[in-house]
Amino acid sequence: MDTDKINSANVETPSADSAVEQKQEASPMVKERKFRTPPKPNTSPLHGLWALTNRDLRKWYLNPIQLLISLIQPIIWLALFGKALNFGTFIAGSGATPAQQNAILLSFFGTTSYFSFLACGMLAFIVLFTSAFSGMSVVFDRRFGFLNKALTTPVARGSIVMGKILQSVGRSLVQAAIVLVIAVVLGMDASHFTVLGIVGAFFAIFLMGIGLSALFTMLALRSADWQTQTAIINLINLPLLFASNALFPTKIMPTWLQDIANVNPVSYANDATRQLLIGATNMPNLLVDFSVLIAFAVILSTIGIVLSWRFLSK
Amino acid sequence: MPTTQNEGMNASKIVKVENLSKTFGALKAVDNVSFEVYEGEIFGFLGPNGAGKTTTINMLTTLIKPSSGKAEVCGYDVFKHANEVRRSVGVVPQEYTADEDMTGINNILLCADLYGMPRSDSKIHAEELLELVELQDAAKRKVSTYSGGMRRRLELACGLINYPKLLFLDEPTLGLDVQTRTAVWRYIKTLKEDYHMTLFMTTHYLEEADSVCDRIAIIDHGHIIKTGSPEELKESVGGDVIVVSVKESEPDISSDIAQIKLVTSVRKNDSTYRIKAELGEEASPQITDLIRSKGLHVTKVSLTKPTLDEAYLEFTGRSLREEEVDKLQMFRQRVTMRRARS
Ligand SMILES: Nc1ncnc2c1ncn2[C@@H]1O[C@H](COP(=O)(O)OP(=O)(O)OP(=O)(O)O)[C@@H](O)[C@H]1O
Ligand SMILES: [Mg+2]
Repeated sequence: MDTDKINSANVETPSADSAVEQKQEASPMVKERKFRTPPKPNTSPLHGLWALTNRDLRKWYLNPIQLLISLIQPIIWLALFGKALNFGTFIAGSGATPAQQNAILLSFFGTTSYFSFLACGMLAFIVLFTSAFSGMSVVFDRRFGFLNKALTTPVARGSIVMGKILQSVGRSLVQAAIVLVIAVVLGMDASHFTVLGIVGAFFAIFLMGIGLSALFTMLALRSADWQTQTAIINLINLPLLFASNALFPTKIMPTWLQDIANVNPVSYANDATRQLLIGATNMPNLLVDFSVLIAFAVILSTIGIVLSWRFLSK
Repeated sequence: MPTTQNEGMNASKIVKVENLSKTFGALKAVDNVSFEVYEGEIFGFLGPNGAGKTTTINMLTTLIKPSSGKAEVCGYDVFKHANEVRRSVGVVPQEYTADEDMTGINNILLCADLYGMPRSDSKIHAEELLELVELQDAAKRKVSTYSGGMRRRLELACGLINYPKLLFLDEPTLGLDVQTRTAVWRYIKTLKEDYHMTLFMTTHYLEEADSVCDRIAIIDHGHIIKTGSPEELKESVGGDVIVVSVKESEPDISSDIAQIKLVTSVRKNDSTYRIKAELGEEASPQITDLIRSKGLHVTKVSLTKPTLDEAYLEFTGRSLREEEVDKLQMFRQRVTMRRARS
């Protein structure tokens, strides 16, 4: 009986009536129960990367509430700092002539519209906060066992980390685009928009998102504890935001803070988006911005992948 | 039936473990174990909580690195050729690992993608597996709406998506009701008999291990105490128990009964004799004959075959050892049990 089965391993035509019989309660010995010849699996080191990325992305776009909630904060900031507590209004109230005012604004912000300046900062803001949760999602995957499942499959350990990074960057780009549209509706200066400028700005955001989510993901690699992870997020996020030029130009900061802001990759992304989207002047060369951002993205994601080999399993 | 065949030379070893150990800090979770699993058999790993069963499975499925020793699975070293091992085995872990926010079918397809299975195949295969575990009707529902039994069956389907030669099952019936448990055992038997798979499983349900497993290893405190077929394990406890009640409590004829060849021990309690014997069916008529020949009257005779429970308790002792289970593990177990009941 055994040889019989082996010989018929590839044969695959259950007759209709035997299929009906099979339905009638467990006769597990029915003969056509047999796996087909296994297909040849894809063994490239990148297999499964898209599946892992898409798993997180799907959950996100199938749950619009999450998206809406994540948009509330940048919009509040835009309304509060961009409209209600506008720096431009302070300067306007100083008694200077409009020309003088513009000169002051230009020297501080590189543009005459503080609201537009802040809107670019908000793009970085939403990327920063979205990236922070890439680590959280690693923690939940560990906690609820999915990570262990993935680790028993031949998917590359680096792909598990890259999947987290890419899904976070994907969300960041979409959310940043929505924030940009809202900002324009609320009065952001769109007169400098060009296709190339927008593409360039989102490339800057993309690079920053890769670096930041790699950072948060690698900090979560060993952790199964979401409280610690929340603490880490708070510890890193707010300093990264405030010690950057996202909300205020570095010129008005004390020098020690300026020093930090000048090595903060978030500042470079803001410099780039401000030059590319609102034609801000008075800024470092775009080449410098992109060099720093590319280095940041490449170095952090490399470290993330290397650490994943060591630390994902016990 | 395959038990004897496995002892023959022709059955090849699909798992070879030599002096495998795993230490967590000062704790030796698995201590120098050696065993083999033959192709085509159902191998059961039995042991109390914290014995080291899951730790052993985790090492064999490349989830954790052994501290020392050697393990070969499907011909590959678990450490040096981890990816080949991962490709050839399926794993159904102790806790639920499916993504609750996804549907059953999408969970299976995701597993298939992680194994690099082409979608053209995995779509068909996923349907077949859903049918095998009788989940076709729930395939398009989110896993968060599944009952514990459905989740366990889904885990089983996920573990089969890569056509494994060897399937690891860690407590596949934990927290399930009788019906689901029976179904799971039925699938396991199907996998062995129809698909010619080898199964390596752990369980707490002794009667079922008895009826399903070809060979069993009893593990405790990280040591393998005993390996053998269920029959061998039962025999090693010391045979059948015959209890004979006699009308007269005197005289004591224990020593006469002990003379019978098949009898291994006799204990008298008032007018009842508790006798351990090798072949109970043959020994008991001899015993009653002897009693009658002494002019006494037999009022009751009972014969009990040893259960695996007895073997198990004899080898692992009777005290519970919950204090050794670590906290994360307790959390996971609670989550698993809670979901199993939902
Ligand atoms: N990651 C870990 N860190 C520290 N100790 C661990 C770890 N994993 C397991 N242990 C310990 O190793 C021992 C063996 O655990 P294991 O999970 O292998 O037991 P088990 O036989 O599967 O038990 P159960 O039947 O409860 O599932 C336990 O004492 C456990 O506390
Ligand atoms: Mg266990």
